[in-house]
Amino acid sequence: MEKKEIAFNKFYKLFNLISVFLVLISIILLIFKGLNYGVDFKGGTLIELRSNDSQISITKLRGSLLNMKLGDVSVKQFGNENDYLIKFEKKNDNNPNFIQEIKEDLTKSVGPGFNFRRVENVGPKVSAELLRSGIIAILLSLAAMLFYIWIRFEWQFSLGAIVALIHDVLITLGVFSLFNLEINLSIVAAVLTIVGYSMNDTVVIFDRVRENLKKFSDIKIFNLTNISINETLSRTVITSITTLLALLSIYFLGGEILKGFSLAMILGVVFGTYSSIYIANPILVLLKVSQRTIVKEDKD
Amino acid sequence: MLYFSKTRILLVSLFTIILVYLTLSNFIKTESNWHDKKINLGLDLQGGSYLLLEIDNNPVIIQTLQNKLSTLRKFFKNEKINFKNLKIENDKTIIFSIENNLIDEVKKIFEEKNSDINPYYEQFKTHQFDLEILNNQFQLNLSKYGLIEIKNASLDQALEIVRRRIDEVGTNEPNILRRGNDRILVELPGLDDPMRVKKLLGKTANLAFRFVTQNSEETFGSEKLMFEDDSEEAVMVSKRIILNGNNLIDAQPNMDTEVNETVVSFTLDRVGAKRFGKATTSGIGKRLAIVLDGKIISAPVIREAIVGGGGQISGGFTFQSATDLALLLRSGALPAPLNIIEERTVGPDLGQDSINAGVFALTIGFLLVIIFMFFKYKVFGIIANITLILNLFLLVGILTLFEATLTLPGIAGIILTVGMAVDANVLIFERIKEEIKSEKNQIIAFDSGYIRSKSAIIDANITTLIAAIILFFMGSGPIKGFSVTLGVGIFTTLFSVYFIARLLTSIYVVKNKNKENLI
Repeated sequence: MEKKEIAFNKFYKLFNLISVFLVLISIILLIFKGLNYGVDFKGGTLIELRSNDSQISITKLRGSLLNMKLGDVSVKQFGNENDYLIKFEKKNDNNPNFIQEIKEDLTKSVGPGFNFRRVENVGPKVSAELLRSGIIAILLSLAAMLFYIWIRFEWQFSLGAIVALIHDVLITLGVFSLFNLEINLSIVAAVLTIVGYSMNDTVVIFDRVRENLKKFSDIKIFNLTNISINETLSRTVITSITTLLALLSIYFLGGEILKGFSLAMILGVVFGTYSSIYIANPILVLLKVSQRTIVKEDKD
Repeated sequence: MLYFSKTRILLVSLFTIILVYLTLSNFIKTESNWHDKKINLGLDLQGGSYLLLEIDNNPVIIQTLQNKLSTLRKFFKNEKINFKNLKIENDKTIIFSIENNLIDEVKKIFEEKNSDINPYYEQFKTHQFDLEILNNQFQLNLSKYGLIEIKNASLDQALEIVRRRIDEVGTNEPNILRRGNDRILVELPGLDDPMRVKKLLGKTANLAFRFVTQNSEETFGSEKLMFEDDSEEAVMVSKRIILNGNNLIDAQPNMDTEVNETVVSFTLDRVGAKRFGKATTSGIGKRLAIVLDGKIISAPVIREAIVGGGGQISGGFTFQSATDLALLLRSGALPAPLNIIEERTVGPDLGQDSINAGVFALTIGFLLVIIFMFFKYKVFGIIANITLILNLFLLVGILTLFEATLTLPGIAGIILTVGMAVDANVLIFERIKEEIKSEKNQIIAFDSGYIRSKSAIIDANITTLIAAIILFFMGSGPIKGFSVTLGVGIFTTLFSVYFIARLLTSIYVVKNKNKENLI
């Protein structure tokens, strides 16, 4: 009952082209459209409001908030029909009564049938710092992965893995840019976890490639990667499924706050699994990895 | 790999039982608790306020420069050194000129290690001020560490005052921490409206008693000040401070029954009482302005000398505002104003909703994974599932042991661990399947399955651990909670896979070694 081998390597070129295309589009989107930063990174105020008065509507809220001169105001439904997410640019301006005043103004115009469930107020200095440390964290994790794989494998593997990682991160951010999804602190955490997961996936296949390189001296890397991908395929599929099951239950059941976070991870798992096969391995082929590559290491 | 010694089995069981007990103790209240460890809920789950305050040190720096200026003036006079144009420029540089023949001598005074004028910090190998000489003009700028010293001192003082004020408000287990050298982090669990705390922290609370003067123009010795409640026109007030908040030893809100008004009554220390008595004796008939942070609270006319060392402040207070003013006066003045640069408040009902949603998602995610694993691997699926359940207990048990803080992203981290934890078992099981193809002896096949999958499992987990560690150090608040559960989850996963699952596997395989197609 030998399973039939799937010829993944037949499609290396095709999927590489598609990936290059997707990455380019993502870069273009990131440069020209940019990301929709939340208050964490842009500064400003976020209020989650729950109404218990059916008279309160999105238009009413927007209207009365616009009268308060708070800068760029956005109001949208959040989860169910009684919850609203209000965001505006204006910051605290060092007035400790700021939120209280907004509450009072709103009570005057829409009545008292609401309460603030969550308030976030981030000053420009803090948001700039959060953005900087988020970017540093992502770059640092990429560098750490590069280094780790370099120690455990050879530089060709390290390069393959890191290109796959960058591919995953860029495309995930590209999707966020395309659909104008909000980037906040939890997205940074998601991106870092994606980096960890995608790496994890790549490493399992690479580990097998290395093992097979030792075993077979007469098989070309082009076919050898395909054998290795097939041998580890059932594990790749099963782990992706269980991880996705967990993530989908967070996405659908974990509440509004975790939506963006779990979406980023779902995208990351999908792209991470894909890139382990179609980015990391073709790079080994491209760099002409052979038995000599790892034998040399053993001598050192 | 499949052999387990009796002691090892005992140790693994003991460790597991202790952690399972710790996990359960979070949910069950027992009277005879030999430990009081519990997982802390983050502010996003239990509701509460997170405030990041930044101290505005400019006034402190200017004050330091002014003090230095008068020290220098005194010093030069004592040493009979002629100086010219001694002044502060741009609020940051002290400049003065010296006759050419004295330059070297003065320079030496500033650069000596035991200089009184320019203290030397041994630990930083630097002076308080950096010295620059242009022709015969000296320029003194605070050195990097001189500035840090000032900031640290004022932050320490501010931290103490903030702590006193928040303690007085009496919130539940506040967390007040220093961040860097100009920030204070305040976490107030359970507080869903931080309005009052923000108001209290927003006040420097510099109290001063000063006479109202008759001048109509601002002069060197007086300035025009507004009233706090705009009840009166601004008046001219002398700059001379008769008494400030430092001389106060107590302040309490009180009801003045004569005029039926809420007042704040205060008690002065001995020095303060003496000074206050003297000033009020000579100032009968004058108005005494009570100034808080540059605004007049009230300016009553002195009718008689106040020598008892106490008095009261009226100013149209409500009971609440009198209570707050008394609290501010009791806790003392901040060295410099504090700005709230970040605020995050979550109401308790939202926190509870997040817990419910998180636990629900965890339960469903968990069930889905368990069902999937059972259908995929049958008996070994059950082993993997028992491992997974124990893994969850181990994870929560360790979080309890270290009294870690669980946040909403932290719950997501647990769910993610559930999804990823089966990975190690899957890697092993798949490898065993491969080994069985070429190895007749099933026990040997199982053994080599465990051995050959090891390097992939270790590498895969270390990469995730690296991501978790970086998140832990770079992330803040809720995100830190995520990195903790993710990181701890890796260790409990490896433990449960290599000890618990392997033990169960070995028991099953040894019992059924003659059966065909074990896996």
